[in-house]
Amino acid sequence: MVVPLPYILGLSVALFALGAIGVLIRRNILIILMCLEMMLNAVNLAFIGFADHFKAVDGQMFVFFVLTVAAAEVAVGLALVVAIFRQRASVYVDDLNILKW
Amino acid sequence: MIEYVWLIPVFPLVGFIINGLMGHRLPKNVVGTLGASMVGLSFALTLAIFYEYLHLPAAAKPVEVPLYTWIASGAFKAQVAFLVDPLSLVMLLVVSGISFLIHIYSMGYMHDDPGFPRFFAYLNFFVFFMLILVSANNFLMMFVGWEGVGLCSYLLIGFWYEKKSASDAGKKAFVVNRIGDFGFLLGIFLIFWTFNAVNFREVFALASKYPVGSGIITAITLCLFVGATGKSAQIPLYTWLPDAMEGPTPVSALIHAATMVTAGVYMVARCSALFTLAPVAMMVVAIIGALTAIFAASMGMCQFDIKRVLAYSTVSQLGYMFLACGVGAFTAGIFHLMTHAFFKALLFLGAGSISHSVSGELDMRKMGDLKKHIPTTYWTFMVATLALCGIFPFAGFFSKDEILFHSLVDGHMLYWGIATAAAFITAFYMFRAVFMVFYGESRVDPHVAHHVHESPKIMTVPLMILAIGSATVGFLGIPILHGAHRFKEFLAPSIMYSAGHHEAHYSISFEVGLMIFSMTVAVAGIITAYRMYIRKPELPNLLANKFKVAYDLIFHKYYVDEIYDMAVVEPIKDSSNFLWQGVDVQVVDGAVNGSAGVVAWLSANIRKLETGFLQNYALAIVLGVAVIVGYLVGL
Repeated sequence: MVVPLPYILGLSVALFALGAIGVLIRRNILIILMCLEMMLNAVNLAFIGFADHFKAVDGQMFVFFVLTVAAAEVAVGLALVVAIFRQRASVYVDDLNILKW
Repeated sequence: MIEYVWLIPVFPLVGFIINGLMGHRLPKNVVGTLGASMVGLSFALTLAIFYEYLHLPAAAKPVEVPLYTWIASGAFKAQVAFLVDPLSLVMLLVVSGISFLIHIYSMGYMHDDPGFPRFFAYLNFFVFFMLILVSANNFLMMFVGWEGVGLCSYLLIGFWYEKKSASDAGKKAFVVNRIGDFGFLLGIFLIFWTFNAVNFREVFALASKYPVGSGIITAITLCLFVGATGKSAQIPLYTWLPDAMEGPTPVSALIHAATMVTAGVYMVARCSALFTLAPVAMMVVAIIGALTAIFAASMGMCQFDIKRVLAYSTVSQLGYMFLACGVGAFTAGIFHLMTHAFFKALLFLGAGSISHSVSGELDMRKMGDLKKHIPTTYWTFMVATLALCGIFPFAGFFSKDEILFHSLVDGHMLYWGIATAAAFITAFYMFRAVFMVFYGESRVDPHVAHHVHESPKIMTVPLMILAIGSATVGFLGIPILHGAHRFKEFLAPSIMYSAGHHEAHYSISFEVGLMIFSMTVAVAGIITAYRMYIRKPELPNLLANKFKVAYDLIFHKYYVDEIYDMAVVEPIKDSSNFLWQGVDVQVVDGAVNGSAGVVAWLSANIRKLETGFLQNYALAIVLGVAVIVGYLVGL
């Protein structure tokens, strides 16, 4: 059974929106990072869907790139989170507001 | 020798450079000797050139000595070149000769002044510019000298710059002179615009093709005359000269009596070819001259500062010279310029010697009975006074009489009347000064009185030389006798009458009668002064009280300074204040500061966007993406 493209895209959009909202409203950096992952994976889902629909491998290839970038990003991001926590004993973004006017 | 004429101004320039740069490190006698000897060299060279010029064949005269081309731009060409002709030779001799004596005098007079080297540097610099002025062969170079002497005049009036009145007087002289210089400059522009040349001889040759009374020539000459009124202290720009007496006395003698202030007369005589083409301008010159002569003389009557009396006298005598030029008797004007240089320099130096003897006092009310204390000064001062009053056989008699004669026969009865009245006043105020200073009871401050002393030799010797000059130079221009007026004959080639001029001949009895009359007038002035200041010393005060209004008017110099202040200075100050406080501060600064203020206000508010909250930025990114995507998909 083939899942029709609109369903896949609908799920992808829903996931992306969920991730974006999470990034915008959550205070915990760890959760923000997770939401970022969710956004990336929503995009991956859209790639897969299109690749299947158009019978082309380009989409699947891109997914690998995105996965790689996501892995690297999480590595750097978590390292930063650890460093910040050591400095300020907090992982809440609204405590990290000194870089301003 | 004539080709070395350029050396004449160079000598004082060398003196200026050495004294100006290193004077403060040299001993005083070196500074003074250097300054004086440089001018002395100029004088010697001038004499040599004068002698050579006399023996040149007529065809070779006048001589132009080009040094180099100063400006060559298209049709415009100006050279640094010297014109050696009778007029410039007379001026060179007067300037360098009188300057030399005054330099020597200054070595004594300024001896204890801390600014000694500076004084000699400025004085040399002045002589340099003055020699440039009178020896230039074109208007532009003359203008350089013209401005230069103005600068030196300013520097020397304000020589004692710690004194507020002196620095104010310097500024006043400079500003008033600028007004005149502006007219002169306009005249030069007009000359170049009309004739496409600035060289005197070219301009005069071209001008002779214009009809008498042509508009452009009249405009040129009037502009030039505005320059002359500024430099030569004529109505309406004379007010700076009395104030210029704040400077050291040798400066008053050299710059503000003998040389610089006569530059205007020299310029008018030099441009005789232009002025004779413009009867209107000639009339203006004559009227201004006559009015200045009587106006300034009357102001001299009520002054108590001896130098101010002499200053008004100078203004008045310059008026005579312009009157002479205005009626076409240019040689008489220059003749009077020369004799005046002798006796007025002598009077000022004498005044300096008087004030030297009474510890710097200049107020004649605090003098009196000085005759026996300072005999040399007294005798020389007396010679100069007699010369100024026009008593035979002193120099002033010949020159002033010639002016009176010409103002009657070539001018108008009215000119002659005014000039004769001024001669009466001149005799009166000069003898008033003599009587107040040398005769009567001593009113000298008791602290000063016990060491009243004659000046040193270095000051009295120049006085004596000038006294000999004041007594004798008049004989260069003996009237009536045919061929005896050597001065006039010598000068004649320099004076160009563009509009046919004829020497009228008058009967000897007429000329002699006029002379006797003008002498009588002068003697009457002397007798009046004698009656008022020797016989009845209480009379002046009685008269002053009786004619209080008139006395006040004259004593306050007709309130001319106050009127100028009110009519010119204050409005200019007000408008400048408006331009400063209104236009500059409000509009110009307002625009600059306002735009900066707007930027600062915007920045202060826009920076609030930088909250430092990560999620605000993230929201901005999301919104941005939404906008871009929306645009791309064509919403």
